[in-house]
Amino acid sequence: MNKNDIVSPENIVYKKPELMNDTFMHYCPGCSHGVVHKLIAEVIKELGLEDKTIGIAPVGCAVFAYNYLDIDWVEAAHGRAPAVATAIKRLNPDKMVFTYQGDGDLAAIGTAETIHACNRGENIAIIFINNGIYGMTGGQMAPTTLPNMITSTTPRGRDVRMTGNPVKILDMLIHLDGVCFATRHSVHTAAAVKKAKKAIKHAFENSMAGKGTSIVEIVSTCNAGWKMTPVEANDWMVENMFPAYPLGDLKNV
Amino acid sequence: MSEEIVLMKGNEAIAHAAIRYGVDGYFGYPITPQSEIIETLMEEAPWETTGMVVLQAESELAAINMVYGGAASGKAVMTSSSSPGISLKQEGISYLAGTELPALIVNVQRGGPGLGTIQPSQSDYFQTVKGGGHGDYRLITLAPNSVQEMADFVDLGFRLAFKYRNPAMILTDGVIGQMMEKVTLPPSRRRRTEQEIREQCPWAALGKTPERKPNIHTSLELDPVIMEKNNERFQAKYREIEKNEVRYEEIQCEDAEYLFVAFGSAARVCLKAIEMAREEGFKVGLLRPITLWPFPCKIIEEYAKKVKGMLVVELNAGQMVEDVRLAVNGKVKVEHYGRLGGIVPTPDAVLEAFKEKITK
Repeated sequence: MNKNDIVSPENIVYKKPELMNDTFMHYCPGCSHGVVHKLIAEVIKELGLEDKTIGIAPVGCAVFAYNYLDIDWVEAAHGRAPAVATAIKRLNPDKMVFTYQGDGDLAAIGTAETIHACNRGENIAIIFINNGIYGMTGGQMAPTTLPNMITSTTPRGRDVRMTGNPVKILDMLIHLDGVCFATRHSVHTAAAVKKAKKAIKHAFENSMAGKGTSIVEIVSTCNAGWKMTPVEANDWMVENMFPAYPLGDLKNV
Repeated sequence: MSEEIVLMKGNEAIAHAAIRYGVDGYFGYPITPQSEIIETLMEEAPWETTGMVVLQAESELAAINMVYGGAASGKAVMTSSSSPGISLKQEGISYLAGTELPALIVNVQRGGPGLGTIQPSQSDYFQTVKGGGHGDYRLITLAPNSVQEMADFVDLGFRLAFKYRNPAMILTDGVIGQMMEKVTLPPSRRRRTEQEIREQCPWAALGKTPERKPNIHTSLELDPVIMEKNNERFQAKYREIEKNEVRYEEIQCEDAEYLFVAFGSAARVCLKAIEMAREEGFKVGLLRPITLWPFPCKIIEEYAKKVKGMLVVELNAGQMVEDVRLAVNGKVKVEHYGRLGGIVPTPDAVLEAFKEKITK
C-alpha cells in the first residue's frame, strides 16, 4: 500500500481550507493565530462570501495575514483598521468587511478608532486576538498584559501602580448601542475551536445583515513571548488569562 | 444638476464641486477655517441624491484612514482640514503614497506652528511639497487662487490622483476658503458603478473574483531588495509627473523686467501690486505656480535669463523662495517678502518691499 492508496477522496476526513494559501506561515509553532486564520477561511467559504470579502490586516503579528487568505486585503496603519473598514463598508455596503487586530492595535494605539466604529454601529466584524503581549516587536507589555506578568518592558512584572490595570475593552464596548455582538473565545481545545468558529460565523452574518458591529475576542497564547512551550502556554492561559477574560457571550442582540 | 453660476465661499465651492463631480466619499473632522466644507456637504445630503458617503469622523487620524480604506476599494474619496489637522493626517498620506492609492486632501491653511491661529497662512508649503509624512514620497500639490479654482481643482486633483495612483492635495488657505466670489459650478456627473471601477481600477479591493489574484494593499516589504525596487518605481512615477503635469500662470510677463513669484492668496495680492508698480514705471510680471509639486522650475529658470530680479511673496517666513532660488541657481537676485502668523500683506507693502529689496 502506498500513500496515494490511502489519500483517496473517501478517506479524507480533514483538509486545508480552500481559501488558505499554500505558503509558509511566519507564526511561531503553538501560536493561536494560525487556527483563527483557518477558521476565518472556512467561514468565508461556508458563507459563500469569498468574492465579497475585504479583510483589514493590522500592525502586529497578523500584519502578514494577507499572505495566508486568498481574498482581497488592505493593510492598515497601526490601530486604524476600524476606520479603514468603516469607509470600505460604507462605500460598498454589499461587501463583508472584517478587521483582524491584536491587543496593542485594538486596545492601545487604536482605542479611539475601535470605540467610535463600534459606537457608530459600523456593519463590520472585528476579530480581536488578545494574548496579553506585543508579539511582533518581541514581547513588550500590551494594554491587556496581566498584573505582575513579565514582559520585556515590565521585566519585574506589570506594576499596576505604574502602568495601570489590564484594559477589558470588550466589557467597555458592550455599553455602546452600535455593538450587536460581543463574545470571548479561545482556540486551545477542539471544543473551543468549534465554538470560536460559530462565533466568527455569526459575526460575519451580522455584517452582511447590517445589524451593527460584531466583535469576537479570542483569548490567545503567545508561547514565544510568554517564554513557554505551547502546552505550558495553554495551561498558563487557562489558569491566568481566563479568570481575567472570562469566555462566553457578553452581548448578543 | 446643470451648470450654474453662483456666489459662494471657496470652502462651499469645494463641497458643491465634490457632489457634482461624482465624488464617492468625504470623511472629515471640523477645524477652522474649513468647517464649511463638511457643513455644506451635510446640508446638501448628497447620499440622498448621488449616493455620496459623507461622514464626520472622530479625528483627523480616523478621517484620513477612512480615505485610505475608501481609496483601496477604488472609490474617489477625499478629506479636508486645516494645518494642525493636516499634521495629524501625515501618517495616512504617507501610507497612501506607499500603497500608491489615489485620494484628494484639502488643506485650508492657517497660521502655525502648534495650534497657531485661525487666520490664513501659507506656512505649510514645506510640509506639503518636501515630505510631511515619513519616507521618500511626493504629493501632487495644486494651489488655487480663486473660488473658481477651488471648484475646478477638485476634478483636476482626482484626475491626476487616479492617473498616477498617487495622493493629491489642494493647498489653499483661509483667504481663499472664506472669501466669496462668483463661481461656475459644473454640471453633475454620475458616480462610477462598481463594474466601471472594477474595469478602470483592476487593483481595487472590492472582493476577489475567480479570474484574478487577490488585490492586496500594503506598504510593508521587509526584503530591502524589493523595497528598493518599490521606491525606484515611485521615483520613476514622480519623474513622469514632473515631466507632464507642471502648471503655472504668467501674468503681464511679456515685457517684464522684474518678476513676482507667488501662489494662492499671495498671488491675488501681487496682482494689485503689479498694477501699482506699473503705474510707477516698473515693468513687473507675475509668475503664479499652480502646481507647487511638480514645481515650475524650467519656466523660472527661463525668466532668470530675462529679468533683473525676482520677489517671492508668501504668507510665510520664506519657503517657496528656496525652490525659486534652486531654479534660478544664482543667475539673478531673488528676495522674499512675507507676513507671518495670519497677517495678509497689503499690495502697498508688497510694492514697498519690491522697491526696497529688488530695485535698489
